[in-house]
Amino acid sequence: MTVSKLLQGIKTAAFSSNTRQKLLAFASLLGLLIFFSMASPSFMQTDNMVGILQATAVNGVLAIACTFVIITSGIDLSVGTLMTFCAVMAGVVLTYWGLPFYLGVAAAIFFGALSGFISGVLIAKLKIPPFIATLGMMLMLKGLSLVITHSKPIYFNDTPEFPLIAQDSLIGYFLPELPIPNAVLILFVVAVVSSLVLNKTVLGTYTFALGSNEEAVRLSGVNVDRWKIIVYTLSGAICGIAGLLIASRLNSAQPALGQGYELDAIAAVVIGGTSLSGGAGTILGTIIGAFIMSVLTNGLRIMSVAQEWQTVVTGLIIIAAVYADILRKRKS
Amino acid sequence: MTPLVAITHLCKSFPGVRALHNARLEIVAGEVHALMGENGAGKSTLMKILAGVYQKDSGEICIDGQPVEIASPRAAQALGIGIIHQELNLMGHLSVAQNIFIGREPLGRMGLFIDTDKMARDTAAIFERLHLNLEPHTLVSDLTVARQQMVEIAKALSFDSRVLIMDEPTAALNNAEIDDLFRIIGQLKRHGVGIVYISHKMDELKRISDRVTVMRDGQYIGTVPTASTSMDTIIGMMVGRTLLEDERPPQAGQGGEALLEVRGLNRGRSIKNVSFTVRRGEILGFAGLMGAGRTEVARAVFGADKKDSGEIWVKGRRVEVGSPADAVEHGIGYLSEDRKHFGLATGMDVQTNIVMTSLRRFLSFGFLLKPAAIQGAAAKLIAQLGIRTPSALQKVALLSGGNQQKIVIAKWLVRDCDILFFDEPTRGIDVGAKSEIYKLLNALAAQGRAIVMISSELPEVLRLSHRIVVMCEGRVTGELSARDATQEKIMQLATRREAPAAASGAVAAAAF
Repeated sequence: MTVSKLLQGIKTAAFSSNTRQKLLAFASLLGLLIFFSMASPSFMQTDNMVGILQATAVNGVLAIACTFVIITSGIDLSVGTLMTFCAVMAGVVLTYWGLPFYLGVAAAIFFGALSGFISGVLIAKLKIPPFIATLGMMLMLKGLSLVITHSKPIYFNDTPEFPLIAQDSLIGYFLPELPIPNAVLILFVVAVVSSLVLNKTVLGTYTFALGSNEEAVRLSGVNVDRWKIIVYTLSGAICGIAGLLIASRLNSAQPALGQGYELDAIAAVVIGGTSLSGGAGTILGTIIGAFIMSVLTNGLRIMSVAQEWQTVVTGLIIIAAVYADILRKRKS
Repeated sequence: MTPLVAITHLCKSFPGVRALHNARLEIVAGEVHALMGENGAGKSTLMKILAGVYQKDSGEICIDGQPVEIASPRAAQALGIGIIHQELNLMGHLSVAQNIFIGREPLGRMGLFIDTDKMARDTAAIFERLHLNLEPHTLVSDLTVARQQMVEIAKALSFDSRVLIMDEPTAALNNAEIDDLFRIIGQLKRHGVGIVYISHKMDELKRISDRVTVMRDGQYIGTVPTASTSMDTIIGMMVGRTLLEDERPPQAGQGGEALLEVRGLNRGRSIKNVSFTVRRGEILGFAGLMGAGRTEVARAVFGADKKDSGEIWVKGRRVEVGSPADAVEHGIGYLSEDRKHFGLATGMDVQTNIVMTSLRRFLSFGFLLKPAAIQGAAAKLIAQLGIRTPSALQKVALLSGGNQQKIVIAKWLVRDCDILFFDEPTRGIDVGAKSEIYKLLNALAAQGRAIVMISSELPEVLRLSHRIVVMCEGRVTGELSARDATQEKIMQLATRREAPAAASGAVAAAAF
């Protein structure tokens, strides 16, 4: 079921639009994989591959959240600290209040959606530019996380199920030689569902339409403000899922974490071919973008390149990816 | 018979402006009703109120004799009022079908997913009704402007519109496309749709409309049957004064020095061996159909596009023009037909726009702006060109098309350009402002500049040019003096296709 859905999602995404850019991104990913496997024998080992998948999960989910917003030609700088805030809220519900496991999960997603909703209202109703509105939200959420936790991590020691969300391996039960952690599974489920939403539903159509020509959508009699708020709310809810993933992996909510994640997420979206001016983009592209970033980090680390230089290379890749996109557009 | 739509005593004010005052309009089923007036007369405002984009302050709108409130575009759609805005409002990244059904996508399974098949089928059905050969899945950005317009019409019709408002629908269409549009309008009329048609092109109104309502300064002036009313009367109603329709240019510029000479210009398939000369004090008209290559020639001479070959001589000296910066250096200026995109920073003020390209001249110590000098230069040009603006610090976006065009002209005058290419200088500008632009062009020529004017409106070319170069399919097919030129002669040259080349092309195609 999941696999066929996955294939369907990939198909939908691959043939919807912008196929060439994704081929380019995909080719770069393959190129990186081949390069690193030749450069270091330990790169291609299962452990390392699983590590890469694991490392992509959080950034991948955040990047999907950003993809929605960026296609509307908006931007969301708050995804990183929102992720942390959601993790903290799960901690408050589970550890501070001792409520049942599922309420902690619901709390993370609820507060993600709530924060996205607030961003959406600020942008759609109060007409605050997305960059500013989400910059404000980013700082507020960061501060709130620190205030709520008194700047100390919250551990999930009372909820043994919690770390299993990301760390257990459902696939591993069926295929013991392939212990892919659930975090990766969740990333792919989020990706497939998001891809369906983007390509098959009214919400998806409006997401593209808003980025393509917002005034035209308004004049078509569509309630533009409402749909914009819905897009930001959905994006926030997805950040809540990312919050669960990172908290589960660390078995704690780390209130100081989060800032900087938004830029990695936006980078993945851009590398994946989504246009920052809106109207075009795919989930598959974003996922490939997220993998390019983690393969790069992992590969360079295996080759013992200093972390400082890894950052430099990531920057170069972002510029190269966007320039490739410009070249492609100029040609067509 | 009850009129389909009856608008009476409609008033609307915007901050600082009274846009409509006692506006009136009556539309009956099956008529094409032209709405005319200079820019700023309130036509678009009136139509936007009818389409639910703006709300009226007071007055009454009746549909089938029943007073209605139109609170939103959606409410207007429900009442059967469709509008095709002046600027096309489509989403380029979306397909034709998605554009047509935006806001009311048919839902399929579980009410979650869009029923794309149904959407495509319904779209195809609408196209069939219009006898349009269009594929529902095509991306709108892949269509020509004319086809995009057809999509807009199809969209408006998909609401079962009984009233269809078209705001300057032919602004970007060529003659064949206009014929196509008029054929569709004819069909709609037969189906009993009432059409409001806004356009500045007089000949079109004569062809298509049954009645004309004229507005001036937001007020209702009168409604007349088109067939029995002369153009001059209608123009008189619009401007409140009579305009001289036919002013031939004074014979001038004959013996002047050749300021610009272009020899053997080539660029791909769009420019083929084009040569011409413009003299001091002369207006050289460039006539031809859309796509004849006139704009391409101007852009190549200006260095905006790379030329394959050809020489450019300025004042008897051969010059290299590799970029617009080179062109400006040699005193060549180009005023694009698309003012908003290429000519002006519409969000900035008048004064800044005027000096924008020549800021170097307003610096002290090479980096400090001299505000007094800028104000002085701007004030001088505002007075000289008669730019109507409350102040030099007014945002350009708030001015009318005619005044915006004058600001673009002012920009080039500050740069001391002697050779000016005007590309469709009066597009989208109302009748009154047009004649001011004409006067300005004449004055610029009389001051010893050389003007090249590209225009698709033949009366305009005939009225202004001392000489007329006619192009067809990238070649110059003839040159006429102002005295000999007639619309017929120009059209003959403009449609003179390259018969032998076309034939050999066909053979070559057949050989493959």
